[in-house]
Amino acid sequence: MKMNTVTLEIDGKAVKAEEGMTVLQAAKNAGISIPTLCYHEELEPYGACRFCMVEVTKGRRTKLVASCCYPVEDALVVRTDSERINKIRKVIIELVLPLAPVGTLVGLAKKYGVKESRFPLDKGEEPSYCILCGRCVRYCAEIKKLNAIGFVGRGVDRTVALVPGIGDECVACRECYKPSICEGGKFVPYAEEFAFPPHRSR
Amino acid sequence: MNKLKSASDLEELRKRILSGRDPKKPCITVCSGTGCQATGCEKVSAAFQEELKNQKSSDKVDIRRTGCHGFCEKGPVVIIYPGEICYLQVRPEDTSDIVTQTMMEGEIVDRLLYVDPTTGERIVHESEIPFYKNQKRLLLGNNRKIDPKSIDDYIALNGYSALAKTLSSLTPEQVLEEVKKSNLRGRGGAGFPAGRKWETTRNAPGDQKYVIVNCDEGDPGAYMDRSLMEGNPHMVLEGLIIGAYAIGAHEGFIYVRQEYPLAVTNTASAIRQCEEYGLLGENILGSGFDFKIKIHRGAGAFVSGESSALMSAIEGRVGEPRPKYVHISVKGVWDKPSNLNNVETWATVPFIITNGSDWFNSMGTKGSKGTKIFSLVGKVNNTGLVEVPMGMTLREIITKIGGGIPNGRKFKAVQTGGPSGGCIPEKFLDLPVDFDELAKVGSMMGSGGMIVMDEDTCMVDTAKYFTGFLADESCGKCIPCREGLRQMYKILTAVTAGKATQDDIKRLEDLSEVVRDASLCALGQTSPNPVLSTLRYFRDEYDAHIKGSCPAKVCKDLVTYYIDPEKCQACGLCLKNCPVGAISGKKEVVHVIDPEKCIKCDTCFEVCPDKFNAVAKISGEAVPPAVPQGTKVKRKR
Repeated sequence: MKMNTVTLEIDGKAVKAEEGMTVLQAAKNAGISIPTLCYHEELEPYGACRFCMVEVTKGRRTKLVASCCYPVEDALVVRTDSERINKIRKVIIELVLPLAPVGTLVGLAKKYGVKESRFPLDKGEEPSYCILCGRCVRYCAEIKKLNAIGFVGRGVDRTVALVPGIGDECVACRECYKPSICEGGKFVPYAEEFAFPPHRSR
Repeated sequence: MNKLKSASDLEELRKRILSGRDPKKPCITVCSGTGCQATGCEKVSAAFQEELKNQKSSDKVDIRRTGCHGFCEKGPVVIIYPGEICYLQVRPEDTSDIVTQTMMEGEIVDRLLYVDPTTGERIVHESEIPFYKNQKRLLLGNNRKIDPKSIDDYIALNGYSALAKTLSSLTPEQVLEEVKKSNLRGRGGAGFPAGRKWETTRNAPGDQKYVIVNCDEGDPGAYMDRSLMEGNPHMVLEGLIIGAYAIGAHEGFIYVRQEYPLAVTNTASAIRQCEEYGLLGENILGSGFDFKIKIHRGAGAFVSGESSALMSAIEGRVGEPRPKYVHISVKGVWDKPSNLNNVETWATVPFIITNGSDWFNSMGTKGSKGTKIFSLVGKVNNTGLVEVPMGMTLREIITKIGGGIPNGRKFKAVQTGGPSGGCIPEKFLDLPVDFDELAKVGSMMGSGGMIVMDEDTCMVDTAKYFTGFLADESCGKCIPCREGLRQMYKILTAVTAGKATQDDIKRLEDLSEVVRDASLCALGQTSPNPVLSTLRYFRDEYDAHIKGSCPAKVCKDLVTYYIDPEKCQACGLCLKNCPVGAISGKKEVVHVIDPEKCIKCDTCFEVCPDKFNAVAKISGEAVPPAVPQGTKVKRKR
């Protein structure tokens, strides 16, 4: 089936894209980079980190959307950079940097002018090195088709856990915490002991 | 029971039911909604049966267990027909008087009537009680007349006639057109036009489509969906079947909370009866239209009321929201076009089909038509479920129906729309309540929760309570909602403890904005409303807390309890009731609270007799030094 081509505008630039693509993919193809945290190109879009939010204008209405999930359409006007967007990204960085003070996040903090998070960890709280981006869970489900790990708990109690009884297959694989999936990288010590980041208190 | 094969079969059945019923035969109806169950309607109803048996009158009088009447504050509610005599707060021991005096002699039992608090007048009929008189009980009205387990009761009141009309004389397009013209907006919270949603689902590609009832009502204090589902489930089913016909769906789901066992039971029995009667299943009323309904019981997550999360739950997955940039009307349950509406929305549909869209448009405001049910709770004299035309002002609802604020206290705010609604101050009391007006002042219609707060309510504490609730109920998938609410709650805790600065308020504002703008689903997007609205209208209270005082004297960390030596009469009540032994004193000697031991439980304040009024709560002011031990009381003359 031949895909229909649409033309949209991203940051003032006319961009051609195929129907069914997301704004993030279209931007990438046009050489416009939108920062992401939970997105991984081998995995289905998830829309959880909200870091890739952009402003889209359709007719007279402008709204904030997650570009990793938002489908392209003809005549859509996209802004990937604005005061509102930057504020969102800055606050998100502030929220997750203390949890995982590692490479990508430190770099993004610098880029968005975060010198120090205004939302530090509680006294005695340790970084979990996990921002619950779900890439490990999705990799295990979508690529490995094992579903050996999943989320448990709600809200701040949410954490990644092994599905009971699948331990052996999980040990044999260990691909979910390779750096290309888990940027935290510090996931290894937890996985070695088969204990995932601990619950936090409110 | 032979299945009904046509609209005229249904008419025949209706006539048969009615001819078998003598409208003059005495009937005792006992409200059996959840509120009245809590106040003991089971025992009352058993006592009536026993009493009638003793009087050898069991066959002369009917007893009917009905759905919720709404005036839960005064339950159990009993109405005696004919005559519609309304008795409130009926206890089992009252039943013998009711049977001997009212049923036998036709006398009224005065002590069980409603007494108007302002005039002192006793009121005999339910419809004349101010709580009911100022309502328009379109959806709730039949709750008190029918036994929810009896399809015949519903049919006797013209039930399923809208469905019969639909299937025998209207095309799906005509139904859709009528609902669109009615301007019915979704009652679940967002107020999206129902007709437009139906049309999108109808026009979406694919043969397999679903219609869904959202009865995952989770707001603290809201129970209108529960009341309808428990009290008149056939009305919801009728609306759903009509909707399915218009949309072209042959399968429907009712998502109902497992925590609503009576709703689950009554809905299941209603579905079974419909199947027996041929109102569900294949070839409904001989029209060729097939439709079946399954009940899905919710596993207890507030977020599952969000449409995409609800659909994930129906599919058997974790109830977590997903981005909805492709509408669920197009890609819903198992990626099939799915139309989700709230209980109240579906229940309104039969009325629109029966009476027409013009009739529906005659009620309400420009942008919001029809009636809306509110759960009126909090610091208000009459609490319960109230149904009013859209556009009634907050003041009318709170004073005319709610009977105003108890104990002569002053109104402070009303929170509408559930935990993520905004707190509306006194200056907007004359606001006509509809979808758009509430949004303009930073609140929302939401599910229809309405919590009234008086001057003894601390608005920062209120914002903290709701933020805590939402942080608990956040699914944790997206960062702004999970981490943002957690931080907001931490800041609010610091404010109520008097440990916050103006910088913290700035952090709170920044977070609120980002959580609102960036969260994945409506739970997160609306969750900052309590904070944003209280910051907007009650900023002075935040400032006061920062300076170390809680103006409403609610926040424990900022309040000290103190016994005024000039007023204490050494009655010993506070001493006796203090759970931690923090109060010392004896006969004729002024009592003193030890601040080191005091846990600020408020007991001494509550038990100190009004005539002495000696216990004071002090916040933001210096606490007077304790009087020397053994100080004698000053006797009041």
